[in-house]
Amino acid sequence: MHLSRLMFLGFPLGGVTSTKPPAFAYVVPQDVPEVLAALARYGGDAKLLAGGQSLIPLLNFRLARPSVLISLNAVAELAGIRPEGAGVYIGAMTRQRAVERSALLQERLPILPAAVRHIAHIPIRNRGTIGGSLAHNDPAAELPLVHLLLEAECEIGRQGSPPRRVPMREFLVTYMTTVLEPEDLLLGVYLPYPPKDLGWSFAEVARRSGDFALVAAGCLVGRSGDVVDHLRLVVGGLGPLPIRLWALERQAVEERWPLPTLLRRAREAVAELEAEGDLHASAAVRRHLARELCSVVLTEAWQRAERKEV
Amino acid sequence: MSVDDLQAAYTRAITVTVNGQRLTQEVPVRLLLSDFLRQTLGLTGTHVGCEHGVCGACTVLLDGEPVRSCLLLTPEVDGHSLTTIEGIGGPSGGLHPLQESFRRHFALQCGFCTPGILLSLYALLAEEPKPDEATVREVLSGHLCRCTGYASILRAVAAVTDGEGKEP
Repeated sequence: MHLSRLMFLGFPLGGVTSTKPPAFAYVVPQDVPEVLAALARYGGDAKLLAGGQSLIPLLNFRLARPSVLISLNAVAELAGIRPEGAGVYIGAMTRQRAVERSALLQERLPILPAAVRHIAHIPIRNRGTIGGSLAHNDPAAELPLVHLLLEAECEIGRQGSPPRRVPMREFLVTYMTTVLEPEDLLLGVYLPYPPKDLGWSFAEVARRSGDFALVAAGCLVGRSGDVVDHLRLVVGGLGPLPIRLWALERQAVEERWPLPTLLRRAREAVAELEAEGDLHASAAVRRHLARELCSVVLTEAWQRAERKEV
Repeated sequence: MSVDDLQAAYTRAITVTVNGQRLTQEVPVRLLLSDFLRQTLGLTGTHVGCEHGVCGACTVLLDGEPVRSCLLLTPEVDGHSLTTIEGIGGPSGGLHPLQESFRRHFALQCGFCTPGILLSLYALLAEEPKPDEATVREVLSGHLCRCTGYASILRAVAAVTDGEGKEP
């Protein structure tokens, strides 16, 4: 059971009884080069402070004990949503609430603000950032799932190197782990716009509104007449990373499935996925929820998709 | 810019406006905002429940937006403006219409969750004076209340948004 869940239970496990942060030194760089210099200097002993909505609980329960905290909150250039090429670039320090309210994203990439609305509650989203959530890579998190679905690219900076872009499927490594090294800074993420005719849908199951998702699913669907001509489907909550159903996607398009076939085959594919259970839900429950959720999102996306004439 | 110019320190001098009053203070960098408000400033209306952002009792307004003060380090608010529950009443110490409506509609019992809820609602109404019930419920979902069952809270809010409350 991972760290966020330990705390979410409402009581500390493993003999942890302190609920105040341990001592650390605090530094406030004013621009990206200063951040990179601080990372190069303090390296593995330091943690970056973005929104703090995942890190500060860890500090409060003393499950993290960095010797240095490098705040990103004064680096204005790291926040912002701006068009780039055939898509949009979102700075890592962009608050989740800003993404939720962005008119540009609601128009061009609506699945993203829709998914963000499921993240915790408004006060959390007022501080939490896009970059922080991606770097944290909680298995139940909405943002890694949606960024995988949208085939986003993460831009990473390091002192002495030019910024590099890493596709989402490489960026996410495993449970709470990404390719980011101690000296790396996630600068932002590029999201290409999907074709305009695609329908989209995102849904999750949580015991209460705002809780960590037990299972989540997102998809993009394109239609030519009554058959699928484009499919992307990602399921989260079954294991350490969101799972993209690449084989199903390929087969659906190659074999030109109508909706009933798509729904049936998707359910079969999800039923065969490996799942891990925990205190909140067993593997069997998660697989069941994932199957049902896929039907929900595929149906909704299908209805939203433009029915292109063949 | 040399990294030695960056001062990594265990304390930091901050300037912050709290309920309209500007103050400057040297604080330990690991001091949570909730503890700064309660222990350093003596503003004990902000309550601490879970210390990991789930319960909502610690909610205050940062530049008008609701945030969890238990998930903010005090130095993060340097240069910003805070509103606590002590700051929403009338100029001569009276109650805000939301507070008066809560009183009239029994929207609190033990009162532990109440300041957080009032500030979230205060921020909502500042942006949307007549929100629909679904929106109010969405805001309330970020606050755990064990006493009221929330129905009286919804009634209290409706009374204000339907115009039964006095002008602030």
